Amino acid sequence: MHQGFFLLFATVSVVTALTLVLARNPVHSALALMACFLQISAIFVMLGAPLLAVIQIFVYVGAIMVLFLFVIMMVDVREAVLQRFMPGGNLPALALLALLGAEMIALVLWSDRFTATPPVAERGGDAIRDLSKTLFSDYLLPFEVASVILLAALVGAIVLARKEPG
Amino acid sequence: MVPLWWSILLGVALFVIGAGGVLLRRNILIVLMSLELLLNSVNINFIAFAQYYGDFRGQIFAIFVIAITAAEVAVALGILVALVRNKSTLKVDDVTIMKG
Repeated sequence: MHQGFFLLFATVSVVTALTLVLARNPVHSALALMACFLQISAIFVMLGAPLLAVIQIFVYVGAIMVLFLFVIMMVDVREAVLQRFMPGGNLPALALLALLGAEMIALVLWSDRFTATPPVAERGGDAIRDLSKTLFSDYLLPFEVASVILLAALVGAIVLARKEPG
Repeated sequence: MVPLWWSILLGVALFVIGAGGVLLRRNILIVLMSLELLLNSVNINFIAFAQYYGDFRGQIFAIFVIAITAAEVAVALGILVALVRNKSTLKVDDVTIMKG
C-alpha cells in the first residue's frame, strides 16, 4: 500500500518533470513543474516530514510558481518558443548527463548501505515540536541569517526590476 | 516502509532531468525552472536520509535550502525582467555581454 503510493507519486513526478523539460510553451512547463512539486510534497509526507510538505506547497507552489507565471505573463514569450533546444551539437551535454545518471545509479545500487534494511529510527512523540525545538535552539543563527538573506533578496529584486528614472 | 534507495533513485532521476533542462534548453525561464527542480531533488535526498537515520538535521537543511531558493528566484526573476526590458531576448545564448 505504502510502496504502491510511493511508486505512483514518483512516476507522476518524473513524467511531469519530463514535461517541464520537453514542453514547447513556458506556461505548460510552469504548470508541469507545479504538478511535480505537489507530487514531491506528497512524497515528503510519506517520508515522515509533514511540515516540509506544507512548506513545499506554500513556498514553491504558492509563491515561486506564481512569481514565474507573473513573469511569463509580463514577458512576451512567443518568439522564444520557436526553438526549444540549444542549437548545434548537444552531444557533449547529453553524454555528460548520461554519465552522471549512470554513475549515481551505479553508486546507489552497488553500495550495500542503501539497500540494507532500515535501522530502528522510530521517533516517539511529536515530531514537529522536536523539529522546531532543534531549529530554534541549535540552528537559531542560520535561521536569522536566512531571514537577512531573504530581506536582501527582496530589496535586490525591487531595485533590479525597477524602471530606470529619467 | 519505503526502502531508502527508492527515494535516492527518485532524486537521481529528477536531478538528471533538471540538469538536462539547464544544459539543453534555450529559454531562460525554463532554465530557471529546471534549476528549481534540481534543488528540490536534493531536498528529497535530505528528507529521505533524515527519516532513515531518525535525525532532524536533514529536515532543517531542507528548510534552509527552500529559503535560499526563494531568495534566488526573486533575484533571478528581477534580473530576467531587467534583461528583457533592455535587450528584449529570452534566449540563453544571446546573453554574452560578460564574455571577454
